[in-house]
Amino acid sequence: MNIVFHFGRYFIMMYRVFSKPEKFGIYRENTFKEMISLGIGSMGIVAIISLFMGAVITIQTASNIDSPWIPSYTVGFTTRQSVILEFSPTIIALILAGKIGSNIASEIGTMRVTEQIDALEIMGINSASYLTLPKIIAALFINPFIIIYSMFLGMFGGWIVAVSTGIVTSNQYIYGLQYDFKPFDITYALIKTVVFAFVITSIPAYHGYYTRGGALEVGRSSTRAVVYSSIAILVVNYLLTQLLLI
Amino acid sequence: MIEVKNISKAFGEKQVLKDVSCLFERGKTNLIIGASGSGKSVLIKCIVGLHEVDKGEILYDNRDFKSMDIVKRREIRRELGMLFQASALFDSLTVEQNVMFPLIMYSGMSKSEMLDRVNFCLKRVNLVNANHLYPAELSGGMQKRVGIARAIALNPKYLFCDEPNSGLDPQTSILIDNLIQEITHEYDITTIVVTHDMNSVMEIGEKIFFIYKGELWWKGDKNSILETDNKEIGEFVYASHIMKLLKSKH
Repeated sequence: MNIVFHFGRYFIMMYRVFSKPEKFGIYRENTFKEMISLGIGSMGIVAIISLFMGAVITIQTASNIDSPWIPSYTVGFTTRQSVILEFSPTIIALILAGKIGSNIASEIGTMRVTEQIDALEIMGINSASYLTLPKIIAALFINPFIIIYSMFLGMFGGWIVAVSTGIVTSNQYIYGLQYDFKPFDITYALIKTVVFAFVITSIPAYHGYYTRGGALEVGRSSTRAVVYSSIAILVVNYLLTQLLLI
Repeated sequence: MIEVKNISKAFGEKQVLKDVSCLFERGKTNLIIGASGSGKSVLIKCIVGLHEVDKGEILYDNRDFKSMDIVKRREIRRELGMLFQASALFDSLTVEQNVMFPLIMYSGMSKSEMLDRVNFCLKRVNLVNANHLYPAELSGGMQKRVGIARAIALNPKYLFCDEPNSGLDPQTSILIDNLIQEITHEYDITTIVVTHDMNSVMEIGEKIFFIYKGELWWKGDKNSILETDNKEIGEFVYASHIMKLLKSKH
């Protein structure tokens, strides 16, 4: 019953979020601000995670290849497939669910408990749309660029470790990266990214928007937002993989 | 003029407002008073539509607010300003941006016209040289003034103040009270103030509605409240030591 209630309220909120904005100019301006805040602000953490992720995949793949019949370029191939298909879109989405999700939930939750959302409503502004729509649009637009950036850095991290440790040569690694490349894999990863971008902005916004109480509840909303958006990412990841790859 | 007719509101099993009817007159400071938990804040939130009433009517100059859809309600809301208990200023915006916010959304003014209007409103609430400060850098009294400046920026027809004196010292409280009353008279607007502060009652109580356990218990003005023999009002008015002393001297 509780789940049905939350689903119902979430979809009602989304209906309000996507209703006609009061003033397009303000929404556009806010969307650009959110792109900087959500996108540029996440570049550092994405870079660190992606570089190390690519490096670890490369080492693990190399250490698991015992047979001399398996060519060395498999290390580059496996790194590419792992990074493009799963690690960049999904793991980075989970990381962003923690970073962006908690930020959105606590920001909107604080505005709720300090009556700033009531103030918006009193001014005749659709507060759900004003606070949430720019974040969703910004994430939908900027996250694919973040994920492409993560893919590049992941493969680059693998190359650094491959070359510096001598696991495989640079040429073998790069050959592996190019071997049997299917452009649809990128499409698949970007479709996932866009859906995850919606999840990691809308679910925390929902939890923040319906916060009741004080500082303690803002913290709880923030935690709930991260937990539920992470679960939603995993479920959606499975469903999209089933739909798009099989 | 705002009229509420027989409004009731319950949260779950708890009945908070019971059949309350009030007429809030234009050009007067209408006070809703009562003890904590009596339902006065719920009443003001019902009037502005932040809570939905279970039954009854809310009329803004004979326009039925309750039966309006959300779009029409938003149009009415653009005619009202509200000062919140904790000021509810947008923390990420400066004082100037806070006051300019409703103007950007609705006025259609040019940037320089908006800036003039912001400076006029800030001067009206006696707050100068604070344009570029953030709410966190202001004192409680200054935050209330910014809240009032923001509320009057669009020349509202209705002004709502929820506990405007909470957290303020007595002198600043009087300044804020007087400011609210001056603005009410100057712009000839309908002002509703929720308070439990007897100083405010005696300062600006042109029309007073006493809410007791969710019911409208008594109505009158600042003169008649001291003379009524109603037991519940007596307990509220003469709760403080200073009021008891005054009563004994008379």
